[in-house]
Amino acid sequence: MTEAAVRKDRRGSAARLGLIAVPVAFFAVFFAYPVAAIVARGLKVDGVWQFGRLGEVLAQSDVRHVLWFTTWQAVVSTALTLLVALPGAYVFARFDFRGKQVLRAVVTVPFVLPTVVVGTAFLALVGRGGLLDELWGVRLDTTVWAILLAHVFFNYAVVVRTVGGLWAQLDPRQEEAARMLGASPLRAWRQVTLPALAPAVAAAALMVFLFTFTSFGVVQILGGPTFSTLEVEIYRQTSEIFDLSTAAVLTLIQFVAVGAILALHAWTVRRRESALRLVDPSATARRPRGTGQWALLGGVLGTVVVLLLLPLAVLVQRSLDAPGFGYYRALTRDDGGVFLVAPIEAIGNSLEYAVAATAIAVVIGGLASVALTRRDAGRFVRGFDALLMLPLGVSAVTVGFGFLIALDEPPLDLRASWILVPLAQALVGVPFVVRTMLPVLRAVDVRLREAASVLGASPWRVWREVDLPMVRRAMLIAAGFAFAVSLGEFGATVFIARPDNPTLPVAVARLLGRPGELNYGQAMALSTILMVVCAVALLVLERLRTDRSGEF
Amino acid sequence: MSNNLKRLTAVAVGLGMAGTLAACGSSDGGQGSGDSKTVTLVSHDSWAASKDVIAAFEKQSGYKVNVLKDGDAGQAVNKAILTKDNPQGDVFFGVDNTLLSRALDNGLFQPYEPKGADRIAPEYRADQGKHRVTPIDTGDICVNYDKKYFADHKLAPPRSFDDLVKPQYKNLLVTENASTSSPGLGFLLGTAAKYGDGGWAGYWKKLKANGVKVVDGWEQAYNEEFSGSAGGKKAKGDRPLVVSYASSPPVEVVYTDPKPSTAPTGVAQGTCFRQVEYAGLLSNAKNSKGGKALLDFLISERFQEDMPLNMYVYPVREGAQVPPEFVKYGPQAKDPETMDPAKIADNRDQWVKSWTSLVLK
Repeated sequence: MTEAAVRKDRRGSAARLGLIAVPVAFFAVFFAYPVAAIVARGLKVDGVWQFGRLGEVLAQSDVRHVLWFTTWQAVVSTALTLLVALPGAYVFARFDFRGKQVLRAVVTVPFVLPTVVVGTAFLALVGRGGLLDELWGVRLDTTVWAILLAHVFFNYAVVVRTVGGLWAQLDPRQEEAARMLGASPLRAWRQVTLPALAPAVAAAALMVFLFTFTSFGVVQILGGPTFSTLEVEIYRQTSEIFDLSTAAVLTLIQFVAVGAILALHAWTVRRRESALRLVDPSATARRPRGTGQWALLGGVLGTVVVLLLLPLAVLVQRSLDAPGFGYYRALTRDDGGVFLVAPIEAIGNSLEYAVAATAIAVVIGGLASVALTRRDAGRFVRGFDALLMLPLGVSAVTVGFGFLIALDEPPLDLRASWILVPLAQALVGVPFVVRTMLPVLRAVDVRLREAASVLGASPWRVWREVDLPMVRRAMLIAAGFAFAVSLGEFGATVFIARPDNPTLPVAVARLLGRPGELNYGQAMALSTILMVVCAVALLVLERLRTDRSGEF
Repeated sequence: MSNNLKRLTAVAVGLGMAGTLAACGSSDGGQGSGDSKTVTLVSHDSWAASKDVIAAFEKQSGYKVNVLKDGDAGQAVNKAILTKDNPQGDVFFGVDNTLLSRALDNGLFQPYEPKGADRIAPEYRADQGKHRVTPIDTGDICVNYDKKYFADHKLAPPRSFDDLVKPQYKNLLVTENASTSSPGLGFLLGTAAKYGDGGWAGYWKKLKANGVKVVDGWEQAYNEEFSGSAGGKKAKGDRPLVVSYASSPPVEVVYTDPKPSTAPTGVAQGTCFRQVEYAGLLSNAKNSKGGKALLDFLISERFQEDMPLNMYVYPVREGAQVPPEFVKYGPQAKDPETMDPAKIADNRDQWVKSWTSLVLK
């Protein structure tokens, strides 16, 4: 490099550091500060931190019981999800069949649905008077199986998309070469494909572990008073028992656990990004050949139908229980009771909030991704990468209560403002934006940027003319994901949504909390609408997707 | 130098953005808290009042009423306590006798004795002399039974706490988690009032041996597990006894079309615990004058008589009329268990803890 280029490069780094200031400020104000405020409320007495509480709380047998249950159910859920979803990942990566795009969107719908809807769908399936009960008299609603199955239902897409995405880009010729050299199919897979795939499997497993470790709505609805995860316990201690110091201790414990999971995840993701030579996924998928492959495809499709589509179908069926779309028509009436508005207005609210949240998430996540693009950017920047994922693992009730007590004074008096909801939703949207855009940005050949820079382009111009054209699609996909996730966000929204402006998931939860058939039917109808909106958004994403290098 | 400048600019831009967000937030938010023509009532999700009754208050007082329903009863109290230095409204309604001490100890309310407070029946008054809270309504938490089940099985429904542990009622009762549900807590306090500090745990051991089922919330217990409610019938609930309210039977009548001639459920009179809900003027209320007017209104005859069919509770004002369906299908319990709020305050947390390890573990 010439001296001028070096100087330019340095200016580039400085600009990147500048860019990172925006997401850092965002996270400091809308995440770190509220969470710290609520933890301090619980652990600080007369200005003195009571860290002794840590030991006291951990010494309680019921707290240790919660910790143990949280951990083992997450381990089992993760193992089950991998077992069920890995064949799916293979089928989506290697086989070409009609309806694949639609199916890939459909299996992702559960992931973005609010937990309250999923919990209800599972109750309708495995609970009393549910489908299984009517057919065979089988009920799982008071067992841990309902929770485990719901976790598989939720996270199937995480494995299919993370592992399948990479699998589709592995060059099949490597495995074929091993076969030609005399290796058995199993040995070729074990020694060639598996090592290449391992980091993606590990990354997916860690994400599933994270989501199930911090599971809230599913456990709350299906677990009853006996099963409780850390996240549910934090909710109970904060919102019902009002023992803020126990809640603060539990929040800290969860923080540490989630931090460890994320650090591991960041490490596996880095390994994944480095070592592999990838090929165009469209070239690796073939139509299935032979009975074995057709049977595998059939088996995976069967699993998807039973495990993923059935619960969704039960929702739809229950929403149509009343003659002449009665429950849907009831949504347009303002009964003045549950809400101050007709429930149908929740759709408009949800869409508006989700658009705002998407805009925030794309700006914040996009800036962070650009700043994090360089892999040699140093420890601080890499740490920030993992930090951005933290909101996925921090209790929504902590964030919600934190907003309530931290953002109540000028210049940040947002408590009564509508922007609070999109802000909370953007917090969970940002990680998806970063995880979608970052791998694509990092895949841009550094030499292209250097060449542009040497030729005298400013950093901004380099970004606009080199990076942007390549990541435009990734940005759209990121936006779509942020949109779908915002639409389904429930935990924090339910705390801060104003009663006269409920979002779809909040409206569903409130309808479910009221007695009577009509309310239940309306909840099912709204859930169905939400599901359709999510499915459409995801289908559009599938159309946009050409490269599969994003992690989701 | 120029690098530093850039960094500074970036930080400034970042903060500027946050500031912009803040600005666009506050411009259309917070209507009502500051200006003195609006009074904001913070309450729980069960709050309901007839539109014309609220309109009458607005016309007579000149204040516009803004209602903020903030979660279930426990949550609403907790949120109000967390935000007490900068409250979300002026008046809070809906803290009951089981949680009253939590609100008072945390300094949620400032004293105000509303006009007409002397008309409130003496047995409901609390915080005598300080007037930080005013009783607004009352109700009884009682075991409800499914009339059809007991008729079909030629079994007399239970009448008292003692009956519930008898073998003929084995596996029939569903109740709520005392740590997460207000009727669940009320039922626990009822047994504590009946059997005393030393006796309630033994009673619950027997109840557990007799197959009591515990679920998290009232919705689930009443609408899914209980066989006598409209919701429970649909969900094929199989427990004919549930911990609910004395006012639940009239609700089953009023909200069924066509109205049945008699309620499908009944109340076990000897299993009741009296609940009283209070309201108060929030400390640091921005419109305390409007808040006082609203409190006066909440114990006025007009509002007290409007409450029963909206919130399924009884008035506390002497002489307030109760709708005929209420008198007919859900009379107030004659001799409910009661407990002094101070005693509840002293024991609640410990009892709930012991109860949890005794019954749930």
